[in-house]
Amino acid sequence: MKKQGSDSNPAPVNPALPEPLKDLKIKYTKIFINNEWHDSVSGKKFEVFNPATEEKICEIEEGDKADVDKAVKAARKAFELGSPWRTMDASERGRLLNKLADLVERDRLILATMETIDGGKLFSTAYLMDLGACIKTLRYCAGWADKNHGRTMPMDGNFFTFTRHEPIGVCGQIIPWNFPLVMFVWKIAPALCCGNTVVVKPAEQTPLSALYMGSLIKEAGFPPGVVNIVPGFGPTAGAAISHHMDIDKVAFTGSTEVGKLIKEAAGKSNLKRVTLELGGKSPIVIFADADLDAAVEFAHIGLFYHQGQCCIAASRIFVEEPIYDEFVRRSIERAKKYTLGNPLLPGVQQGPQIDKEQFQKILELIESGKKEGAKLECGGGPWGNKGYFIQPTVFSNVTDDMRIAKEEIFGPVQQIMKFKTTDEVIRRANNTTYGLAAAVFTKDVDKALTFTAALQAGTVWVNCYSALSAQCPFGGFKMSGNGREMGEYGLHEYTEVKTVTIKIPQKNS
Amino acid sequence: MLRAAVRGARLCRGPARLSAPLSAAAASPIPAPNPRPEVACTKIFINNEWHDAVSKKTFPSVNPATGEVICQVAEGDKADVDKAVKAAKAAFQLGSPWRRMDASHRGKLLNRLADLIERDRAYLAALETLDNGKPYSVAYLVDLDMVVKCLRYFAGWSDKFHGKTIPLDGDFFCYTRHEPVGVCGQIIPWNFPLLMQAWKLGPALATGNVVVMKVAEQTPLSALYVANLVKEAGFPPGVVNIVPGYGPTAGAAISSHMEVDKVAFTGSTEVGHLIQKAAAESNLKRVTLELGGKSPNIIMSDADMDWAVEQAHFALFFNQGQCCCAGSRTYVQEDIYHEFVERSVERAKSRVVGNPFDFKTEQGPQVDEEQFKKILGYISAGKREGAKLLCGGNPAADRGYFIQPTVFGDVQDNMTIAREEIFGPVMQILKFKTIEEVIERANDSKYGLAAAVFTKDLDKANYVSQALRAGTVWINCYDVFGAQAPFGGYKASGSGRELGQYGLDAYLEVKNVTIKIPQKNS
Repeated sequence: MKKQGSDSNPAPVNPALPEPLKDLKIKYTKIFINNEWHDSVSGKKFEVFNPATEEKICEIEEGDKADVDKAVKAARKAFELGSPWRTMDASERGRLLNKLADLVERDRLILATMETIDGGKLFSTAYLMDLGACIKTLRYCAGWADKNHGRTMPMDGNFFTFTRHEPIGVCGQIIPWNFPLVMFVWKIAPALCCGNTVVVKPAEQTPLSALYMGSLIKEAGFPPGVVNIVPGFGPTAGAAISHHMDIDKVAFTGSTEVGKLIKEAAGKSNLKRVTLELGGKSPIVIFADADLDAAVEFAHIGLFYHQGQCCIAASRIFVEEPIYDEFVRRSIERAKKYTLGNPLLPGVQQGPQIDKEQFQKILELIESGKKEGAKLECGGGPWGNKGYFIQPTVFSNVTDDMRIAKEEIFGPVQQIMKFKTTDEVIRRANNTTYGLAAAVFTKDVDKALTFTAALQAGTVWVNCYSALSAQCPFGGFKMSGNGREMGEYGLHEYTEVKTVTIKIPQKNS
Repeated sequence: MLRAAVRGARLCRGPARLSAPLSAAAASPIPAPNPRPEVACTKIFINNEWHDAVSKKTFPSVNPATGEVICQVAEGDKADVDKAVKAAKAAFQLGSPWRRMDASHRGKLLNRLADLIERDRAYLAALETLDNGKPYSVAYLVDLDMVVKCLRYFAGWSDKFHGKTIPLDGDFFCYTRHEPVGVCGQIIPWNFPLLMQAWKLGPALATGNVVVMKVAEQTPLSALYVANLVKEAGFPPGVVNIVPGYGPTAGAAISSHMEVDKVAFTGSTEVGHLIQKAAAESNLKRVTLELGGKSPNIIMSDADMDWAVEQAHFALFFNQGQCCCAGSRTYVQEDIYHEFVERSVERAKSRVVGNPFDFKTEQGPQVDEEQFKKILGYISAGKREGAKLLCGGNPAADRGYFIQPTVFGDVQDNMTIAREEIFGPVMQILKFKTIEEVIERANDSKYGLAAAVFTKDLDKANYVSQALRAGTVWINCYDVFGAQAPFGGYKASGSGRELGQYGLDAYLEVKNVTIKIPQKNS
């Protein structure tokens, strides 16, 4: 195939990687309401730890119901008819989001260092991938602010009918610890571009970068009350949001277990709109005709990226029989290459799991894999003597009924299965309660397109994996969630459609 | 075109707005102008470099407030257009940096261009005033504000003009790619030099096209300066090329060029005919036209009189009357006709004409001697054909191309001043009795660019807005423009739309891709 032009990227988006900050000061540890910092009403605080060292970083004000109430009041006020936020030009909302992107770009090093210390994320990944995605997502949504078009309708009768795309109102947003900043931005950017106000609860494991964003939101010039950030725990602050009678919509990213609680709470309280982005057990199907090098690498990254703590983790690899042994061999070789260690250090390729609870859960699932007869090819235990590190682990001869083939592990543990026929693998890949992502590797156009239709998942990748971008909608089939984030589809989740019909004397086309 | 900027927009929005002064443009003070801005860019811009004309010819750019020559500018013609098209084609080749660039990065470059224009806003406003004659305060607050907003608006579109996947019958997978058209010739007018440049560049670049732009010979300076900023922003060489020159030479070379894939023109209807013909006779290039108008502005007797008088005045006199959408037929209902005329005359008489760098000035000179004479000719025709000259009617200064704000009453539909585009500060007021009558008279024009109705009655507003044959209808306002709203003409006022999502269509080819698959599933 002829490849034209140069291979150099015409849009070099990744800046050079600097060193992480040596003396990061944590300035923002309180509750952010009305563009001001508040102590918790209860006076309680909670501790935040560095998962690589198990050392305490700082204490954070612990928000619960009383603080959520305060935040909702502020958000409601900012959303009042005639408020600065409601009367603002849509393009001005876009300008503010672009300004926020500028500020995130300015403070990229601070935020990336923070994300590494608080979330155990590799510094290079935090700086290049996470921050890059944050900036692009903010800019993408900035562009939508004045493009969320209503319509005029050729309604029957002597009427003039149009739709207004209005913001929903006060949106509660509960975000997870695996991508603290990216998830924060995925939530606030579409909400704000559509004109909503938000009350965000960051995860108790990783509240630091979200709180820092509070300061940037104020600096960018968002009016008070538009964004409110309440750090705290799920059963208290999270529950207060999902049960709140004056919150119009809740968006949650996290486990399927908690997703059910959220939807139940919405049902019990005020029928608030719910969007959920939950767990997965995503299959990759690799055919014998695939580019094996590429397939091994994508499958590997698809699972091991960020210590396996991704909702889209490719945790079921189905490999066609003729290439199975070779694929397993190369995957083990690839997994063994890892250097584990402090994620701030250069050369380190895998950091710690987020906390002790996750660490123990992963080790327990590894044990179940061994017990149920999967073949442990490498890894299988903790690493080092402090921090929550787990060796990169590969299981082969995995069968569909094993726990490691059914449950979300959320750790660096790869499951490789064998398949013979297309019909068989479609059935097996879809035989799960989840449906977040899936992929197929093949050079055959018929096979590729058959799988894009057959796989029950919100995202299907062909000959690639983990390719996410602000332009593309993301979300789950089945119990992987409701609704979509990002892309134009993501705006629907933050828009109420109002149909306005005006009687007119005489209709004309 | 163009809105009563900040003032007009404000009043429409009700009291909540006043307590929330969040519009950046409204809040920023205007820096004092430099009435003699240094002119740095006077050549032909091709491949991000400056070139003399192949012929070595130059032409003078004149300050219309004094009639003095500002500087000489390289005069591009066919040979220069050929060079520019070659550069544009190279930039558009498969595999080129521009073709391979992420769509979001095109958006980033457009945002950067907006940043740079914002940085140099005061300079550009002064240059615009010097070259075009429009009041500096207007150039700064209205033109430059809209330029920046337009570029930012289209920056946002760059990664959002979605193709579709299509549920085609049969065992097929079918989708559309929205691809750039290719080399776009863009010929822009002198009345809003910078803004028309932004209207053209924004959608073309957001969608990934390459551009050969001809700027008006009267006002080439600001657009050429922006060429510098295009380079500074980081657009690859050849993506934007700007050739100053004349219509019959450079303009004709673009419109009849065999390798220009699309031509977009804003200007007179007369030249619009030539462009469309040239496209047909050469390579059937796509054509969009934004042409002249004779836009009706209908004032019902129940309208808010103060507001209607002010808006009707603004609708005609804004930018020295040099607007394609000028409200040049003001139809006033019989029972308020006399009062409306009286107050309109009073308002016109208070209009401050003078040095466009003076902050008090509302009206500067017309753009050049040709326009100046043409307008005076129309005023004579008005008098001759029996319209009642109520104020103005003459040149307003000893030098420069200034014309007094002029109001004609008792204008009849068949008079020349009621049928032809004057493009000057000359207001025509006509009387009507019934809605049906005024709709018929308003639509009795070969043009269909804009129209307006002033009334407090919801039924009348809806009825008239449906009945008027115009690309834009304003209700209780005039000249309200925003990058979000499409603009363009019915009938001989043009084809296609600029701005808004609609504005992207003109710069896109739709490619349908169909792939055979073994078995279709929903």
